Amino acid sequence: MNFPLPEFIVVSAANPWTYVLFGVIGFAFGFTLEMSGFGDSRKLAAQFYFTELTVLKVMFTAIVTAMVLLFGAVGLGILNFSQVWVNPTYLWSGILGGLIMGVGFIVGGFCPTTSLASASTGKIDGMLFMLGGFVGAFLFGETERYFTNWYNNAGYYGRVTLDQVFNLPIGVVVLLVVLMALFMFWGAEQLERIIGKKDLSHEPKLRIAGAGTLFVLALAIVFIGSPSLEEKYDKLTFTRTETIPQLNADPIVNTQTYSADEMLANRLVFIAPAEAFKAKYNQAMNPVYLDVRSEADYNLYHIEDAVNVPVNHLGEIVPVLLSEPPANTVFILMSNDEIAAVQAWKTLVASGVSNVYILEGGVNNWIAFFGADDKALQPAPNPAPDQLAYIFPAALGNRYDSCDPNPIEYEDLEFEAKIQLQLKRDKSGGGCG
Amino acid sequence: MTTAPITRKNFFKRPEKPYVHPYLGGMILGIVLFLAFFLTGNGLGSSGATSRIDALIVDAVSPSHVDNNPYLLKMAGGDKNPLDDWIVPVFFGALLGGFASGWFNGRLKFMTTKGPHISDRTRWLMAFLGGVLFLYGARMARGCTSGQALSGGATLSAGSWVIMFAIFGGAYGMAYFVRKLWN
Repeated sequence: MNFPLPEFIVVSAANPWTYVLFGVIGFAFGFTLEMSGFGDSRKLAAQFYFTELTVLKVMFTAIVTAMVLLFGAVGLGILNFSQVWVNPTYLWSGILGGLIMGVGFIVGGFCPTTSLASASTGKIDGMLFMLGGFVGAFLFGETERYFTNWYNNAGYYGRVTLDQVFNLPIGVVVLLVVLMALFMFWGAEQLERIIGKKDLSHEPKLRIAGAGTLFVLALAIVFIGSPSLEEKYDKLTFTRTETIPQLNADPIVNTQTYSADEMLANRLVFIAPAEAFKAKYNQAMNPVYLDVRSEADYNLYHIEDAVNVPVNHLGEIVPVLLSEPPANTVFILMSNDEIAAVQAWKTLVASGVSNVYILEGGVNNWIAFFGADDKALQPAPNPAPDQLAYIFPAALGNRYDSCDPNPIEYEDLEFEAKIQLQLKRDKSGGGCG
Repeated sequence: MTTAPITRKNFFKRPEKPYVHPYLGGMILGIVLFLAFFLTGNGLGSSGATSRIDALIVDAVSPSHVDNNPYLLKMAGGDKNPLDDWIVPVFFGALLGGFASGWFNGRLKFMTTKGPHISDRTRWLMAFLGGVLFLYGARMARGCTSGQALSGGATLSAGSWVIMFAIFGGAYGMAYFVRKLWN
């Protein structure tokens, strides 16, 4: 069993149970907030005058509990982290938005979800906060156009987690966060004792045991670690459907499951130059051409719109590939032959990027197909494997005719279609979308 | 022991129970958050739903306004239903869950929660203003205390941790200036 369950990733009318499940999750969420006292604005505001630090305690206990369970499940290999929504980092809009939220918090006495718990239990201030919220969200929608470029680009880093920022194993980060939280809880209790004049002798002793359990679990996660790229690669499965038309009957649809290596061996991820080219004019997909060769080769010759990411730098762009593109994005990898592209394919699919394909025969095959008539391009004698098999008079990049074939001239191309779009969750609607 | 007959009065007037211990509440919340991620791949949230309900209203009042607003077009317009998102059932579920806990623990009561030295009216105005500001900021940061601080915090998203500190920074920075509201 692999979690999260694919049936529940997208809410849709086709599967009404998704509404029920998310409704139940929301119910438990609201119930817990109310029962922790978050329906009362005084309890929330007290956090910022150091008299009662319930907000910090509840919030950080929730964060570390969920984090330890989550990365425990990831480490044990039952939860696929690449299918878990991780908020992409937009640094500057995040900081400014966060500061504005903070001001709203202390002025209004609630945050959005706690105002729900408050309003639903009859608190008039909670209802007015909710109402104000509708106005605030509306105003944002009306004013976003004035700073849309800043909002969408300033400090954008994609899907980045703290382990990548600090270059530490994820288990170590989990342990450090747990230790930080425990230290903050200790500090919070001291503040309550000194400023809030609270008697701590009646606090349950069980909380020490809870802290110990968290620490031990976090230590365990450090030792389990998270699955390496190789381990993730070995666990990958791909499903392919094949439709066989029948005379006077419904076509037979076969569904097959392949491992990643079988996908390569059966050449199911290699697409002909014709299919790679036609993808550009196909409304259903949004192809991204990733040229994984060296910059020198890229400057000599590359196909129109191809982005140069040398294969050893591929890891750096994975966060962007995972968070940015619409669901119908198809990544088409190319090297001179196929060797570097296959290596790149393994890295990307193991990192959880979907819809990744390889240009069959690489750039050499592309030139052979589209540039055979170009007198400027002469075949090189005895090319080495995964090297350019042509001699270029100058580094013209994408200015050869065959870099951007004429769509009218090549309107009718025959090829065996290999691309099968896997529409994952619409990431733009994920998170607090 | 005799059980009192269920009348309208004692349905709504259950004995008031104390709040749970913050660490226990936090632990339960953490388990709920984990289960959300584990089963669906999504965390918790609510501010997105506010925006989507807004989009629904704007779409009903003036569809052409939606067509001229790229931000709203992401949620409404064409054959898109702004309510077709996981966050909408979570939002209504949270309203219902808050109500259920309030009922179960005897805390259903029309009242205003406020500091001791301000009038109800001042508190209402400030709650409204705070709501406007908070949701404006939440949309700018692409998530609120739930969608960013809680959910992003648990998945160790770098941006969410920055936002979490920014929220606390903004609130602590402002707290001194509005201390009359609460103390």
